[in-house]
Amino acid sequence: MEQMKINRIRQGTVIDHIGAGKALAVFHLLGLKNDQTTSVTMAIRVPSRRMRIKDILKIENRYLDPTETAMIALIAPQATINIITNYTLEKKERVKLPTHLEGLLRCENPNCITTALREPVQGKFTVIGDSPLRIQCDYCLTIIATEEVERLFLRKI
Amino acid sequence: MGKGLITLRDYSRKEIEEILSLARVMARDQRTGTDIAKGKILAALFFEPSTRTRLSFETAMLRLGGKVIGFSSSEGTSVGKGETLADTVRTVSQYADLLVIRHPREGAAQLAAEFSSLPVINAGDGSGNHPTQTLLDLYTMIDHLKDLEGKEIALVGDLRYGRTTHSLAPALALFGVKLILVSPQELRIKNEIKVELDKHGVKLRETEDITEALDADVLYITRIQKERFPDAAEYAKVAGSYRIDRQLLGKRTPLIMHPLPRVDEIAADVDDLVTAVYFEQAGNGVPVRMALIVRALGLGG
Repeated sequence: MEQMKINRIRQGTVIDHIGAGKALAVFHLLGLKNDQTTSVTMAIRVPSRRMRIKDILKIENRYLDPTETAMIALIAPQATINIITNYTLEKKERVKLPTHLEGLLRCENPNCITTALREPVQGKFTVIGDSPLRIQCDYCLTIIATEEVERLFLRKI
Repeated sequence: MGKGLITLRDYSRKEIEEILSLARVMARDQRTGTDIAKGKILAALFFEPSTRTRLSFETAMLRLGGKVIGFSSSEGTSVGKGETLADTVRTVSQYADLLVIRHPREGAAQLAAEFSSLPVINAGDGSGNHPTQTLLDLYTMIDHLKDLEGKEIALVGDLRYGRTTHSLAPALALFGVKLILVSPQELRIKNEIKVELDKHGVKLRETEDITEALDADVLYITRIQKERFPDAAEYAKVAGSYRIDRQLLGKRTPLIMHPLPRVDEIAADVDDLVTAVYFEQAGNGVPVRMALIVRALGLGG
């Protein structure tokens, strides 16, 4: 087997099996751009048995909360979250697509009441399909597809 | 507390039929009036102009012996000063027993229901839902056709932006009808609605040609709005090709319906046909809305 090009981490989180080219989006949605103290290793388009090619993100001394894991599932539905302690794998789990999203995104319909100025509501969506991903606004019923979900995420960041 | 009505999307056919049969009871004694809502106040929050919906809601409440407060445009209200819908709704909830809301944005009624302690009835939100219109449309169709099972219903005109057909089409799907969707290319029904129709397994065909729909049991005509077209000439051409008149109908006698207001899409010579029921349809808004008020106030009927 080919030598791994990137180093192991001592402790933290390895997000593996990210769809090729999506690691940067995951990096942004975890707010890592502004986190100056965390060291991050990113691998883009590396060979994968399961996915042919994939991205990997290794984050030192950082662990994900359930909301972050849910967000990753939206962008990288195949991703696995590996918790590393002392260079060894402590826990491994596949991300799970939530059935409902609250507060993560704003609706893209400019005429949706949730996008009105100062209304005290957050975007709420129901996940209506997983592959391909489709979510529906609980208010205006607009359906948003995968690429749009990503675009909305990145705009938010 | 009774039940408001935000959308019919999560309603079963049985629940819809229950409302319609309550409306039939209301129709029986609407002229003599009742006082079952005596002492109750309906707040009509119309953030957007409306004639039929507002007047028929008011009539319905007055026929039930209740009273109405409200406004019919956001001008001159605290909304004009920049108040949020959430705040307006929480305030008015302190005054009345029931909220009826019409708003230019999709999802407004849903938001109102989340912030109100009172039942909320959606009287139209943006290009989203118009469930009370849908109920009076169903009421009218069933009145004339008895059973809708297997009947062909043609929805004609602006199927993209009009909230009336957005609400009506999925509800009709519950009643086992066949749908013909007649519209110009640029005003075809939204994908969201088609997904819903597919879910119900409704038989439907789409066409741009009105003559392919003339043999339907119902022609449900909607207005094509000028502002949907880049230029006036294009609008005139398209609108003209969806105009219903006696000559086009020939000897056919479909039930002709329209949510109104109409402009040119139904010629005046059609009005005298016994199957032209659009004014009666508008009239049915009263018993249907009486039923919804009774249900929302938990008055039992």
